[in-house]
Amino acid sequence: MEVELAVAVGGLYAAGIYLVMRRSIIKLIIGLSLLGHAANLLIFTMGGLVRGQPPVMHPWETRLVGGFADPIPEALILTAIVIGFGVQAFAIVLIKHTYQATGTEDLKDLQSSDLTS
Amino acid sequence: MIYALLAGFAVGLLAPVAVRALRDRARWLITLLPLGLFTYFSHYVPRIQSGERIFFHYSWLPDLEIGLSLCLDGLSLLFALLITVVGAIVCAYSGEYLSGHRDLGRFYATLLAFMASMLGVVLSDNLIALFVFWELTSVTSYVLIGFDHEREAARSSALQALLVTGLGGLTLLAAFLLMKQVTGTFETSAMLQGASQLTASPLYPAIFFLILAGAATKSAQIPFHFWLPNAMEAPTPVSTYLHAATMVKAGVYLLARFSPILGGTELWQNWIIPLGAGTMVTGAWLALVQKDLKRILACTTVSALGICVLLIGMGTPTSLHACMLFLAAHGLYKGGLFLVAGIIDHETGTRDAEDLGRLGRAMPLTCAAAFLTALSSAGVYPFLGFIGKELLYESTLNASLPFLFTSSAVFTGMVFVTMGGIVAVRPFFRGDAQLPKIPHEPPPGMWLGPLVFGSLGLLLGLFPGILHSSLIVPAVHASLGQSVALEHPAWHGWDLKLLLSIGSLLAGGAVFWKWSIVRKFLAGWSIFRQVGPAALYDSSLTLLEVIARRQTRFFQSGRLNIYLLTVVLTAVAFLSWALSRDELSVSDLLLHRWRDVRLYEAIIAVVLLTSTVIAVKADSLLVAIVALGVVGYSVALVFLLFSAPDLAMTQFAIETLSVILLMLVLFRLPRLKNLSRRRNRLRDGIIALSAGAVTALLVLAVNASRGGGKIVTFYAENSLVLAKGRNVVNVILVDFRGFDTLGEITVLTVAAIGVYSLVKLRVPSGEEGDR
Amino acid sequence: MSSIILSTATRFLLPLLLLLSVYLLFRGHNEPGGGFVGGLVAASAFSLYMIAFNVEKARRILRIDPRSLMGAGLFLASVSAWISLLQGRPFMTGIWVEKVFPVIGKVGTPFLFDVGVYLVVIGVSLTILFTMAEE
Repeated sequence: MEVELAVAVGGLYAAGIYLVMRRSIIKLIIGLSLLGHAANLLIFTMGGLVRGQPPVMHPWETRLVGGFADPIPEALILTAIVIGFGVQAFAIVLIKHTYQATGTEDLKDLQSSDLTS
Repeated sequence: MIYALLAGFAVGLLAPVAVRALRDRARWLITLLPLGLFTYFSHYVPRIQSGERIFFHYSWLPDLEIGLSLCLDGLSLLFALLITVVGAIVCAYSGEYLSGHRDLGRFYATLLAFMASMLGVVLSDNLIALFVFWELTSVTSYVLIGFDHEREAARSSALQALLVTGLGGLTLLAAFLLMKQVTGTFETSAMLQGASQLTASPLYPAIFFLILAGAATKSAQIPFHFWLPNAMEAPTPVSTYLHAATMVKAGVYLLARFSPILGGTELWQNWIIPLGAGTMVTGAWLALVQKDLKRILACTTVSALGICVLLIGMGTPTSLHACMLFLAAHGLYKGGLFLVAGIIDHETGTRDAEDLGRLGRAMPLTCAAAFLTALSSAGVYPFLGFIGKELLYESTLNASLPFLFTSSAVFTGMVFVTMGGIVAVRPFFRGDAQLPKIPHEPPPGMWLGPLVFGSLGLLLGLFPGILHSSLIVPAVHASLGQSVALEHPAWHGWDLKLLLSIGSLLAGGAVFWKWSIVRKFLAGWSIFRQVGPAALYDSSLTLLEVIARRQTRFFQSGRLNIYLLTVVLTAVAFLSWALSRDELSVSDLLLHRWRDVRLYEAIIAVVLLTSTVIAVKADSLLVAIVALGVVGYSVALVFLLFSAPDLAMTQFAIETLSVILLMLVLFRLPRLKNLSRRRNRLRDGIIALSAGAVTALLVLAVNASRGGGKIVTFYAENSLVLAKGRNVVNVILVDFRGFDTLGEITVLTVAAIGVYSLVKLRVPSGEEGDR
Repeated sequence: MSSIILSTATRFLLPLLLLLSVYLLFRGHNEPGGGFVGGLVAASAFSLYMIAFNVEKARRILRIDPRSLMGAGLFLASVSAWISLLQGRPFMTGIWVEKVFPVIGKVGTPFLFDVGVYLVVIGVSLTILFTMAEE
């Protein structure tokens, strides 16, 4: 499954990068979300894929034994997922307000308002 | 000792409180600190005199061999006593000078912090500690020069001083690191053991010039001399303390400290002697042209610093003897002269020597003090300045090129006579005057200072033995690196140097007599102002700003896609370079695993990719949001299938919330449109696809070459034993890496506050205006 | 868009989901679960209520302003980190009470920390969602 997931990660990255380079600010939001998924999945796949062996001990064990999944990428991704949500929300609100304040959805038009202020 | 060193910082912190509570009386309390420190350092005199060197070591960053190691020897002691005694007088004086000033507390805080830093410079044995204190003196000096921060001139002078001396500090750090490279230690005392190691090293010229740059900037040697007269924007007590008695001598101290380690070479003599001599003459020349009392004094200080550097450059026992004695004498009389100038300014409202006069009757005590300091400055027998000058002439007479150096020294001596007179005699006795204010005798706190300086100059000159054996000889030994017998300075009878001394006195008197004419004649030659180093400084600052602006224009285009393009292309370039070096074959990457896939897994992957494509291609925002949701749930399923139940649950929950979030704003957002041109879309598509391909390859390469990690083993072994948890992911989050999680929930909170304030807090529409 | 089915279901679902979220929080140290997941489940319970009724009612049934929840959570998390200092041990050392409580299990500063995370996550999610729904 690593190969398939690698392709999926590549696809997510390509889609995310393509979208954030568009001029429409809405596409920017969608692109950011896709990039978030891409990064999480990238770390997850790099950490190695193990079926049905979560890094949780059975009650009779005192340490993890056998071919358990790597807990470190999981811990990293867990917080990244939640933070991704916070960032996404912030980006949405920011972009919505930019749209309302400037009346444009085109990033190219926003550039001029940046330099003159 | 550490308490003595750091007391200045501690008391400095309390000073604003003390000033607020006790008002003007606080100054006596504050003056107690330098006085106490003076007593403390004095009690080391017998031990130092017997040739001892006293070490104190305090751990700081032991892993980097950086320690707060202090060493008290003759040189440090001489400086420490000078710093504390001048410090005490200046503290008492500034209480009157700035009486009732609203920032008096801040002034004391910085002044005491400066004193502590200066003590740190002269006491540090470890070079890194020395550097830190060195920079601290620059910073405190910056704050003190800019004390009247509401005036433009004060601010720009402060910045100038900071930039020049700060630059020197950086070269010093570079020199120290090189020295560590050669000798393997940061301790000056340890370098002394293998002194020849440094001078023989191929890095020696680099070290030498870097040290010289540090010393020359701090001690206002040409061509860096211009910052010192400009620093006279500072309140007069600051000029007295920093720019006459102590800080500017840090460069001299540095050269004296390193003279046994780095000195004695041809390079040393060939550069330092001309540098010192040039500064000496330049400073004297510039002094003749000035008419502002403080600027006159600043220029003669530049000249005096040149004398010290010249004497260290010669490096003979006699010249070092002359240097140490001159340092002490100059600190006392220049301190006194500055304080007198401050009194005159304070009482009359002007510092213009052309306007001043008739002050003798109004302020007799100040007049007496001024007279004493001027005589020491002029080098009249039996003042301390006389001995200093005698020793200077003796050194130049014995140098190579005796005629050149002696005549320069005599010229400088002559200027010192004149300028002492202009500052401390003429304003009191000249017949006519145009004064903005009617002068009165200042309060005792002010005239006491110069009187103490003047009397010390006379007393130590009458009994030169007091200073000689207790301080001067140990200091000379420290800067020579060995002990030699030094002749006790006393009446020599009539000889050449006495004649020179009398000659400069008479010439100085004559110039003093016709000063106005001489000054105006010389001022005509003021071309140096346009082409001098000060002009160079100004233009380099302007140039820096221009470059910065152009560079910002170039890199900060303000267009998001340009930024992203740069980032993505750089990442792709580096990653493909790194991957190409790994030499992994296609079979390594693919063969082992690509058949190991179950049907439902493959379906998930296909769904994931398909919905990604839909999210990119969608024409309606609703479709895009749904596709995005499907991507998220697919990712969650991947987590679930591959042993990450915590992640799967979190992803499911977040995905739900995130769809709700998008739905809430859906109708308030613009529609999806294709704004870019077809050509750009094609270009970005190619770039994005190549970035995706490189990432996919990266994942495969990492999977192909992964080894077992040690950290995982630690967590697996200790999760239950140490942290009492069976779910290792949770244990990492709340225990092993709990600090990270604390940071992360803080970030989350900040994001939520950001959302809240963006929505709820609006600028009232009236204030926004239309741009 | 009030639907009777949704609002009736929500009335029953809310307590169940909240129970589930607390259950996830408590068992998190030994089984899959924990403060992040628990907090998110609780937040989705309230946002479900928000969709079924409206923001006003959702705020009323939560009783506490979600912003205060963020503050309380951060405070709790940092307090749990400082406790070890009182015993003269490094910042954030886990300290456990020996006694095992029924239902909750072992109690220690990491658990307190997880409760802090739980509150922050609820607070953050609901602050964001409520704010945007009200606009």
